[in-house]
Amino acid sequence: MSRVRILEGGFLTTVQDLGRSGWAHLGVPAAGAADAVSLRLGNRLCGNADGAPALELTLVGGAFAFEGPAQIALTGADFTATLDGRPAPMWAALAVAPGQVLQLGPARSGTRGYLCIRGGFAVPALLGSAATHLLIGLGGLAGRPLRKGDTLATGPAAAADAGPPRCVSPDVLARLFPAGPLRATAGPQAHFFGRATLDVFFSSPWRVRESSDRMGIRLAGPALERRRPDELLTEGVSAGAVQVPRDGQPIVLHVEHPTTGGYPKIAHVIAADGHRLGQLRPREEIRFEPVAPERAVALLREQTALLDTAIREAE
Amino acid sequence: MAPGDPVIRLASDHSLLVVFGETIAPAHHRAVVRLTARLLERRPEWLRDVHPAYATVLVCHDPLRIEATAAAEAVRRLWAEAAEAPEPPERVVEIPVRYGGVHGPDLADVAAHCGLSEAEVIRRHAAGDYRVYFLGFSPGFPYLGGLDEALATPRLATPRRRVPAGSVAIGGQQTGVYPVASPGGWRIIGRTPRRLFDPERTPPAELAMGDRVRFTPVDEAAFVAAAGGETAP
Repeated sequence: MSRVRILEGGFLTTVQDLGRSGWAHLGVPAAGAADAVSLRLGNRLCGNADGAPALELTLVGGAFAFEGPAQIALTGADFTATLDGRPAPMWAALAVAPGQVLQLGPARSGTRGYLCIRGGFAVPALLGSAATHLLIGLGGLAGRPLRKGDTLATGPAAAADAGPPRCVSPDVLARLFPAGPLRATAGPQAHFFGRATLDVFFSSPWRVRESSDRMGIRLAGPALERRRPDELLTEGVSAGAVQVPRDGQPIVLHVEHPTTGGYPKIAHVIAADGHRLGQLRPREEIRFEPVAPERAVALLREQTALLDTAIREAE
Repeated sequence: MAPGDPVIRLASDHSLLVVFGETIAPAHHRAVVRLTARLLERRPEWLRDVHPAYATVLVCHDPLRIEATAAAEAVRRLWAEAAEAPEPPERVVEIPVRYGGVHGPDLADVAAHCGLSEAEVIRRHAAGDYRVYFLGFSPGFPYLGGLDEALATPRLATPRRRVPAGSVAIGGQQTGVYPVASPGGWRIIGRTPRRLFDPERTPPAELAMGDRVRFTPVDEAAFVAAAGGETAP
């Protein structure tokens, strides 16, 4: 067991895992890592289970002091990490000695980084998960972002031996984070919008608004007009749903979304692209591409297989 | 397909929307309660989450474990079983409410909007026989049916950034209780000292869909006593 002391909390640093699924019927959203692929890879580098609790960093990283020996991995966005002033590699298992300080600056690309640690961070599980849900102050460390002076202990490691040093293959990484449009299937209320509006949605560039957060990615672009003026009766929604409020500016629901909503959904970002939502930057321009549901599932299968080939022994 | 059977639509690559109707109606609601109960009782290994609402159930499945068409078939089978199960017993839950004052900052506005005295708003709200349609929006938040139409008041133009836990509120034709502190745009008319959601309790939510709810006005002394100094800030 080791301890990590927070010297600087960064812009928004929270404890996250893969979220608490299975409680939506009580109105409890899953929360969890905004980029689950990066979290999984980081945990695998540390020899942890995929869902071990890690720190999710946002836009500006922070500084962390290690009070015992630790094995860590940094994944996701590049925060120009240094360990005691020397560049710390990303996407690789990294041994840290007691007393060393990890410093993370502003994200150079992407938005969220993950600091994974062997054994995971030990915070009490609520409804089966350590994930922080910020809006309602649930989970993680007292349901809030980390700040200067906090300390977190690590949990017991899953295996006795950390094994040989490992890293993520750059080729596989590039395939796990493809450039290009976010792929989406038709939403359950695509029929609320005419063909012309669907064309506008899939052919226009959309700008990520600065008000985007873990609840939703708010987009700016041409107003999406509805064919049917009727109100939608509140119904269940899941992460990735592209809902269109009255002003016609779409919102892609993200990991902390409410479990139900009353806006029609024109499209749904496919599960295999869910992690890419977590890396969208404020003011970034994005596009959507329509795909068939069968193709979406095939892409998810491909991604799962890719994850299993992503980690190799370091040279 | 028998009458009353739902229409099942693909909502995404990992979810099905089971539609019993497009209106708030007791028959649709009973169907939602039954199917939700059956799904949660059985919890097939492919099932991830169930999001019941007024007339629909969103069923999230693991697309790597089951194909959407097979999941829809399984949902139809569970519905056939659920439709034959006996009506679940009805629970009545009393919720004490301290109306007005610091606990109900919008009571005066609601009264003014409805052209009623504050006392009459309280009387009518507490006289209601409400039904929990479903829990949604935030943990344990009950969507209640049965609000006296005379009390309908539009939501705030600008939602509050933080509504205190326990706040009893009216939003349009609906009324509800915020079990945990969260942002919210409904008009707050009072507050209950009861903790309606506690993740460390089993079950974590005090209310369940299908429950009947009655609000009982209490005075400050009873509010403080019931809160036991434990109301969430």
